[in-house]
Amino acid sequence: MTASESPLAQYEAFLMRGELAYQVDAQGRPVFFPRVLAPSGREGPLAWRVSSGLGTVYATTYVTPRGEPAYNVALIDMDEGYRLMSRVESVPADQVRIGMRVKARVRPAEGDDSPYPVFDLLEAAR
Amino acid sequence: MKGQLTRGAAAIVGVAESDLGEVGAGMSVVDLMGQGVAGALEDCGLALSEVDGVFAAAGQSRMPSLALCEYLGIRPRYHDSTMQGGSSFMTHVAHAQGAIEAGLCEVAVIAYGSTQRSAGRKNVAPREFNPYETPFKPVLQASAYALAASRHFHEFGTTREQLAEIAVAARQWALRNPKAWEKEPLTVQAVLGSRMVSHPLTIRDCCLVTDGGGALVMTSAERARSLRKPPAFVLGTGEGISHLTISNMPDLTVTAARASGAQAYAMAGLKPQEIDVVEVYDAFTITTLLFLEDLGFCPKGEGGRFVQGGAIAPGGRLPVNTNGGGLSYCHPGMYGVFVLMEAVRQLRGECGARQVPGCETAIAHGNGGALSAQSTVILGSAATV
Repeated sequence: MTASESPLAQYEAFLMRGELAYQVDAQGRPVFFPRVLAPSGREGPLAWRVSSGLGTVYATTYVTPRGEPAYNVALIDMDEGYRLMSRVESVPADQVRIGMRVKARVRPAEGDDSPYPVFDLLEAAR
Repeated sequence: MKGQLTRGAAAIVGVAESDLGEVGAGMSVVDLMGQGVAGALEDCGLALSEVDGVFAAAGQSRMPSLALCEYLGIRPRYHDSTMQGGSSFMTHVAHAQGAIEAGLCEVAVIAYGSTQRSAGRKNVAPREFNPYETPFKPVLQASAYALAASRHFHEFGTTREQLAEIAVAARQWALRNPKAWEKEPLTVQAVLGSRMVSHPLTIRDCCLVTDGGGALVMTSAERARSLRKPPAFVLGTGEGISHLTISNMPDLTVTAARASGAQAYAMAGLKPQEIDVVEVYDAFTITTLLFLEDLGFCPKGEGGRFVQGGAIAPGGRLPVNTNGGGLSYCHPGMYGVFVLMEAVRQLRGECGARQVPGCETAIAHGNGGALSAQSTVILGSAATV
């Protein structure tokens, strides 16, 4: 029996190529996080799509660890209709605002850390 | 009983906390559960030998009902370790009532214990790795609730000062509770000036980190009437789940407490205006605000204005979290069992300086995860059954 390639491994393979990917159902409706079956309200089979990377800040906070610089944590509503957690990096953590237009950039794998998407302000779209 | 539980068919008859705050060195989760069970049985006058149903949840125990049964040396007919975070115990109440109504058990204990403070949080609660959230280092659960607060601020104009009023009200109630961890007054300015954890929530917008545990005893309404203390009858229960992780919560300003509350009110045949005392899981100040809205005490978006001017503090228009809450009384990590205890004590009229006069109905609302698992219990005195 062959082992299936996990949804996470496939997601990360896109990221390795610099692409943020998400799944769509049989009617093109977005699904995120990646999974092995279409959740209720969606129709299988699921297929992968590469995202435009464009989105809007839906919710935002920043964390101020003792003795370390603050960092942003945000939920981003992507133009394709799915939402993910990430951070906005191109502005100070406490200056990120709901409604800001942002664009994804892949932060490459580093040490034991897998690659993951971060976001920058989309100046042109303001 | 077909398809739903029966209003008033079971009651909470015994309640007790274990040691709270910072417990003695070497005290274990089951030691604290044991203290709770002993106290709750003493409270109602039932014996350990009569317990034939065991319900338990704990962040530090993988099989808590087994751990507790082994510790107590009992082999109950029915046991249940349902785990959904802080609202587990409200769900245990519903499950226990179902088991009691179905004849699967007659005397149920519901127990909790945590040593997160004395053991050190990093030693007791390893978080599951989530490849879609963990890399971004949210301080869970504070950052999840902070994200919800950011959205509420954005949509409804809610302010940090309004959230701070919730912490101040909790503290004022706590000052009337001899068992409360916090002993000093708190001001809005002090909340705002405290260390920021995850904006807009400061350390004073966040629940305490204490040890503690406790237990409840439940039995049939019939048996309940012959016991030591006035029973708190289960008038209504409701469940609502909407997600596990905050990135999958559909609308960060609306919780599944709307659904769980609606079910509980329907079963109880009561409206929010008919509830005398409101006990809700206040993991963070924003949590109280969201539940006041979603349980129908004010319209969606009005929570900030609703709590202003000491409205939920002693002497205000609505008594909320009369024990001082997770913000100022105790918070060992899964606080729901204490929410239920305070509701029962208010109905019995045994709350001393913090007693709400003429308390006949109480709502006890639990929250688990990142606003994920909502579970509501409505309790009433004998007059309401």
